[in-house]
Amino acid sequence: MPSTDLLKEAERVMTICNACRYCEGFCAVYPAMELRRTFSEQDLKYLANLCHNCRGCYYACQYAPPHEFAVNVSKTFAELRLEIYSNFTWPGFLAGMFRRNGLLVSMITTLSVAVVVLLAFVLQGPAVVFSTHLGENAFYKVIPYWFIVIPFSALAIYVFINLLIGSINFWYETGGQLSELIDLRANSQAIKDVLQLKYLDGGGHGCNYPDDRFSMVRRWLHHCVFYGFLLCFASTTIAAIYDHFLHRGAPYPFWSWPVMLGTVGGLALLVGTGGLLYLKWQMDTVPATARAFGMDVGFLALLFFASLTGLLLLILRETPAMGTLLAVHLGVVAGLFITMPYGKFVHAVYCYAALVRNAVEQSRGGS
Amino acid sequence: MSNPEQIKTDVLVVGGGNAALCAAMTAREAGAKVLLLESAPKDFRGGNSRHTRNIRYLHHRGNDCLTGPYLEDEFWEDLLQVTGGQTHAQLARLTIRESADIGQWMNAHGCHFQPPLRGTLHLARTNAHFLGGGKALMNAYYATAGKLGVEIMYEADVRDLEIRDGKFEAAIFEFEGASQKVRAKSVVVASGGFQANLTWLKECWGEAADNFIIRGSPYDRGRPLRVLLDHGAKPVGDPRQCHAVAIDARAPKFDGGIVTRLDCVSFGIVVNKNARRFYDEGEDFWPKRYAIWGRLVAHQPDQIAFSILDSKSIDLFMPSVFPPVEADTIGELATKLELDPTALEAVVTEFNKSIRPGTFDPSILDDCATKALEPPKSHWARPLDTPPFYGYPLRPGITFTYLGITVNAKAQVIMQDGQAAPNIHAAGEIMAGNILGQGYMAGFGLTIGTVFGRIAGKEAARFAIDGFA
Repeated sequence: MPSTDLLKEAERVMTICNACRYCEGFCAVYPAMELRRTFSEQDLKYLANLCHNCRGCYYACQYAPPHEFAVNVSKTFAELRLEIYSNFTWPGFLAGMFRRNGLLVSMITTLSVAVVVLLAFVLQGPAVVFSTHLGENAFYKVIPYWFIVIPFSALAIYVFINLLIGSINFWYETGGQLSELIDLRANSQAIKDVLQLKYLDGGGHGCNYPDDRFSMVRRWLHHCVFYGFLLCFASTTIAAIYDHFLHRGAPYPFWSWPVMLGTVGGLALLVGTGGLLYLKWQMDTVPATARAFGMDVGFLALLFFASLTGLLLLILRETPAMGTLLAVHLGVVAGLFITMPYGKFVHAVYCYAALVRNAVEQSRGGS
Repeated sequence: MSNPEQIKTDVLVVGGGNAALCAAMTAREAGAKVLLLESAPKDFRGGNSRHTRNIRYLHHRGNDCLTGPYLEDEFWEDLLQVTGGQTHAQLARLTIRESADIGQWMNAHGCHFQPPLRGTLHLARTNAHFLGGGKALMNAYYATAGKLGVEIMYEADVRDLEIRDGKFEAAIFEFEGASQKVRAKSVVVASGGFQANLTWLKECWGEAADNFIIRGSPYDRGRPLRVLLDHGAKPVGDPRQCHAVAIDARAPKFDGGIVTRLDCVSFGIVVNKNARRFYDEGEDFWPKRYAIWGRLVAHQPDQIAFSILDSKSIDLFMPSVFPPVEADTIGELATKLELDPTALEAVVTEFNKSIRPGTFDPSILDDCATKALEPPKSHWARPLDTPPFYGYPLRPGITFTYLGITVNAKAQVIMQDGQAAPNIHAAGEIMAGNILGQGYMAGFGLTIGTVFGRIAGKEAARFAIDGFA
């Protein structure tokens, strides 16, 4: 359960907002708030995850600090989200992962890179790693096929199950019914909201990020990350199909689906995460929580390095650097997967669940 | 600004709310050098415009944010109704006509509008709502003014104006603990009323003013208004009147804004500190009556009253910021509110007995009324009989004062001798009394501020550049 102080603060702030309602045009949080007169713990957890942190409401707020009401919804909800991520962590004993997330994520990633690189050198020997390998199955000469397929399949299944458990827990804990979670109309509305990043548009003019000016930049950068991630995911899936069903071993020629999708996706990720890191560097920290900084930066940096090492691997795959780069890239990707349920990535799951909930509520309220 | 001796500008704007910004941007666009002096710190800039939410303007057809047309005749009729005819017809007509499609101008200066949503549907056709409300509007205007090259000084408090032969020459202001002087070719005074000046309020209301709550900015102290009056500007509006509503007594002394309002009065009864009712709570729809309740409460002993409800009504009005005082019996509620339990029980019993059967309907003037009760409750009277019972303490909350400066159609200040000062202009709340002699109409203060801010900015720039009005 999130700390009582934080819930109390969120309740206090929402009570002020509900009496004001000037911000109802910015996002989904305020119309959802207006369906209530009081705010239970369940309501607050839901609203905090519905918040996309566009910060329009902070700069527009006549009660923002230094006003004595000191309303700072962006910060309050960011803090609450962090505690919620921690509370819904599975297995529970790993909840501490969210406390010093930036540090832990970078340590785990460094460790996983070290392990992969070390294994490659120890098992294959430097001669193999530093050789130039060309043609089909070149990658597997450095890291054997099953050493890639088995750990990554296991990791992917673990992450999937983990996040599924997290989202179902979240759904019940915020007072939802299972029938609503699988409601087709609500899900299609939520998917639409996600694909458009509807609530990072700040009511049509963009977020107030990194400062008080309205800007669509963050929304576009987030789109780059989101679609870049999906393209890389598609690239990997197609590559797996090529490998298992068409028996064509990686690497693939540049003008092939896996490489094209991976390249475009990787570049989008690079631009998106790089840009978001830059904005984070520039941002006004008052409507933010310092406690989430490590988590946010850690995840962005991880995605950045995953795409950077992937692109370098593509460029240098016909040189002796390929072996090392492949090991490093796989190590970073392994780090990404391992920390996925224990870092910023989980926002995707909870935010999606909140959007489904919002779609259910609004269609009910509207009918 | 390093050398105070050298501050010189074409147009000086005194004030930092909507009218001041409209004047500053317009004057700058006309080519004048503009300096704006805002008495508040940056975080609280914008005067009472920070607390606004929409603007009423004439438009011939609806758009994304307005559901239909609002034409001159209807606008004029609405104004006549709220002011009871206390308006300057020429200036009022000018305001209405000049407000035509003002939304486009606002848009071009950074304002974002939003479609009307819940709670304000009765204004959906006539008033355009700003995305995020008045502070967002102020942020946008300050950003635009900055981009245009308007110089802005915060915490710059104007203390005096140098006026010779009816002509403005310089202003004296306090800035960073020192007195400074700025020379300008013309001045626009757009510094609002004196509603946050407790001493001045006491001159009008006596000791009762100690118990008033100021709903808006603590920086609206009215010093430039006082200065203009002392220099012989002709006043307009009742010097003793203010727009006051009944708000939650627990509100902060200043700047509580919208969230402290209570819309519960018509659903229960209201008693004073002696547990006596004093006015018909159900006289008319609340939006038509809330503005009289500030004065009603101000006339009660210790300027306090209590709205008493039961659980049947607690969800019927907009939630407010402070939770109601709650109790299982009327006596217990009285004790918690520090009222005499026996007296309150007697009042409630008498009220409950006097109610004629009817069909309760908050959306119409229903037939739930009292019989042979003094004062009566004409509508929505239902017995207070379903615990828990609730109470909200009420105090007068002052929105704005009516006293202002007479102006002409060029926004020039009219002096006692009837002459217009060629280079002294006034805009916004400081001259709204010319048009709103009494009463109030939602979003119309901003209309006056925007229209006259633009006129004042244009005229002040013209004088500064051409050398004559």
